[in-house]
Amino acid sequence: MAAPLLEVRDLGVRFTTRDGQVTVLDDVSFTLERGERISFVGESGCGKSMTALALMGLLPAMGQVSGGMINFKGEDLVTASESRMRQIRGNEISMIFQEPMTSLNPVFTIGRQIAEVLQLHRGLDRRAALARAIDLLEAVRIPNAAARIDDYPHQLSGGQRQRVMIAIALACEPEILIADEPTTALDVTVQAEIFALLRDLGAKLETAIILITHDMGAVAQMAERMLVMYAGRRVEEGRVADIIKASAHPYTRGLISCVPHITADATRRLDRLPEIDGIVPPITSFGRDACLFAPRCGRASEACHGGRPAQAEVAGHKAHSVACWHPHDGGA
Amino acid sequence: MAVQRQMTESDSQTPRAQHPLREVLQMFVGNRAAVVASVILLMIVLAAVFGPMLYPTDPFEMVWAPFTPPGTDGFILGTDYLGRDMLSGLLNGGRVSLTIGLVAALMSVFIGISFGALAGFYRGVVEEVLMRITEFFQVLPTLLFSMVIVALFGASLTVVTIAVGIVSWTAVARITRAEFLRIRELEYVTASRAAGASNMVLMTRVILPNALPPIIVQAALMVGSAILFEAGLAFLGLSDPNVVSWGQIIGSNRTYILDAGFTVTIPGLAIFVTVLSISLIGDGLNDALNPKLRRR
Amino acid sequence: MAGQDSDHALVVENLSVAYPLKGRDRAGARRRLLAVDDVSFAIPRGTTLGIVGESGSGKTTAAMAAARLVPHSGGTIHLDGEDFGALDAAALRRARQRVQIIFQDPYSSLNPRLRAAEIVREPMLYAGRTDRAEQERIIDELFEAVGLRPEQKSLFPHQFSGGQRQRIGIARALSTRPSLIICDEPVSALDVAVQAQILNLLKSLQRQFDLTYLFISHDLGVVQHMCDEIAVMYMGKFMEQASRDSFFAAPGHPYSRALLDAVPSIEAVDRPRPPLLDGAVPDLSEPQTGCRFASRCPHALPRCENEVPVLADATGAEGHHRLACHRADDIGPAASG
Repeated sequence: MAAPLLEVRDLGVRFTTRDGQVTVLDDVSFTLERGERISFVGESGCGKSMTALALMGLLPAMGQVSGGMINFKGEDLVTASESRMRQIRGNEISMIFQEPMTSLNPVFTIGRQIAEVLQLHRGLDRRAALARAIDLLEAVRIPNAAARIDDYPHQLSGGQRQRVMIAIALACEPEILIADEPTTALDVTVQAEIFALLRDLGAKLETAIILITHDMGAVAQMAERMLVMYAGRRVEEGRVADIIKASAHPYTRGLISCVPHITADATRRLDRLPEIDGIVPPITSFGRDACLFAPRCGRASEACHGGRPAQAEVAGHKAHSVACWHPHDGGA
Repeated sequence: MAVQRQMTESDSQTPRAQHPLREVLQMFVGNRAAVVASVILLMIVLAAVFGPMLYPTDPFEMVWAPFTPPGTDGFILGTDYLGRDMLSGLLNGGRVSLTIGLVAALMSVFIGISFGALAGFYRGVVEEVLMRITEFFQVLPTLLFSMVIVALFGASLTVVTIAVGIVSWTAVARITRAEFLRIRELEYVTASRAAGASNMVLMTRVILPNALPPIIVQAALMVGSAILFEAGLAFLGLSDPNVVSWGQIIGSNRTYILDAGFTVTIPGLAIFVTVLSISLIGDGLNDALNPKLRRR
Repeated sequence: MAGQDSDHALVVENLSVAYPLKGRDRAGARRRLLAVDDVSFAIPRGTTLGIVGESGSGKTTAAMAAARLVPHSGGTIHLDGEDFGALDAAALRRARQRVQIIFQDPYSSLNPRLRAAEIVREPMLYAGRTDRAEQERIIDELFEAVGLRPEQKSLFPHQFSGGQRQRIGIARALSTRPSLIICDEPVSALDVAVQAQILNLLKSLQRQFDLTYLFISHDLGVVQHMCDEIAVMYMGKFMEQASRDSFFAAPGHPYSRALLDAVPSIEAVDRPRPPLLDGAVPDLSEPQTGCRFASRCPHALPRCENEVPVLADATGAEGHHRLACHRADDIGPAASG
């Protein structure tokens, strides 16, 4: 059991646009163990979802992998054929999305949509697949599942629809489940239930979970490790507890502190939130040999604008690495 | 201090102030078929406007032997069954056909926008009544209805134009209503309302400009269909007998289609090329005005 | 809550909003959906009231009804001591500029056909402030105040980023110096890092111009940061209403506690609390006979389903703190976190 379930090394993705080639992902590397929960964190446009789509072999038509490898159980998915990827998708690696309203087909019952996956990948007949669909609906805690399989998506609430999506994604007991902002469209009490469900089912089925989010609170609840991404690159990686306690990259620090977190001691009132200036740079500047965060960074120096920082171990912390010329030291 | 720090978000670059219409124009120019069609249509319009002045032969005068083939005896497009000059007929008929198309389209756009805007904006009883009226006109057999109008009020150019306009405004009304229903729920409309805009201002200055793109496309297509419609009426002999139009030339020569096909095909070709050009332009406008396609 | 209190920018009493539905009920009356039911609040000038709730709670409807953008079916609305709720159509149109709104979606809240300066100018035009030079001066001042550069005045909305668009929306809301600004989820559509920029801007503008905010949000963290007083709304009714400090120190209503517990925290420690029940939410087109939260409440008793709880002062709370819960005294105040 030495080899990890998934090993991504130096993954690069390029888009071909009217104005030529642009880099979207730049040397992204990470590993994922069986049953592990990792989170990709960053603002929109930083490459979190693109990394996930690359794993699934679902890059948009104008994108292609420009380098690196995706080693999944000893097989390189970058070079895998389309028919092989079709076998893997929904079966060994599956994905749920942000918008449960649009990711279910409105003209079929939810039972049929769950059964379809089982018929396709597991070769079950219709009857067996439907019976299994009821089990799955029960597993995702939809009450009265046997009666609900004949419901159409519009008869369910947003939270229930997301549960159905999870049931579909987990139908074939995949090794990896990618959840792309799965609760952004949902209410906060529903979000808490969905997270609890994902954690429990992930542990039970030994499914590794990749959670894509911009919410550090969600990361803290859901993941063991996190990968902070900025402008198509990995800027910090490590255990969630370590990074929240002592993040090394100024961007990670900004992400953690710029959100008003609830405190029980209400008298502790911040007058201003610490903010990260500016916005994510346009995609056309992603590939440059510099720290792309430097223009927004309070610690930036000549070195930051002149060269790309290497990913290096944070002193004194195992499995905690950062790509920064002037990282914060350990400790707060 | 706070203020200065906040400036940085926009510091990277300042884009030029580019009007949305300019962007539309750029998209349109990128569509080659639409550009070619525009050039062809422009030539047709110029020929219809200035042609009769440069080529002053009366289209009703019998100038030569009937059925003179094109290119013989100095008649570029030949003569028809009464020996009238086909080229002159085509140029003068173009004026009439294009005018009817344009005026009828404008008329239906005006009626359609009024109905659609009021129905989409006010909802409730107003919407019910206006949309029932629209549906009434929509289910009328259009050709039959316009034939009735022409039969009742006489076959003058004005009546024919009105007849064509009345039977074709319903599509505009439906599109306008749908756009109004969509846009009135957008937050910038609420913002204008919260700022104290009157209903008239909301309809004409806030919602309508944003609802125009699909209406413009529909209007362009309608010019083409109005030309066809008039041609159909004229072919049946229901158009103004005192003016030449393309449809009328076809109609009056139709019995000789086997003996002298050119008398029918030449005006037919004119209609075909004009309507096709207008359709392609409408298509190009559709692409250029559709914001979903704009970011390719 | 005196109706004519001039220290308050807005005083709303017993506000209700009912939407007509198709059909009639058994008694033959027109069916209607009671989206906001008997809600009262007052906002002292220069302060912020936050209304928190999940989707469908009626928080936005309540705010829009207070601004008279949605017709109210009952209650009174006083703006600066004046009876705003009773104005007729013409007077209302002239008075509208005194309540302005900052919207959630920076992409649909700006008219795509207008340049940035014209968007900010629009409320001044309708307000009849026709002096062009004065308008230009205000526009320049506001562009600077919200952190936009003068040369951006001639740009169209699609040329701005989401955060910049929200700044334009803020400048528009300020242009008529309104008595009240309704912030309807002003940051929930923005990227995390940009949210902080906009929240800081709203706070510094409040200080600079002595603004009064009615702040609608589903995010308790944002509400804690922004608001002086907090009202928790569920299915059209206020469940709890308290000053910020009192609310976060001791949230009293089971629903408030459930909301607070559900927020993922970076100080993640498991807080064992009874989980919410998966009960059906009440149908608001029917008359309510009990507490609307009873079907999901872990503490519900038969009484909760048969008697509507009224919003009453909480016992033992410091300062202003009101609860609508039959069991408020039994389950005791709970410290969050």
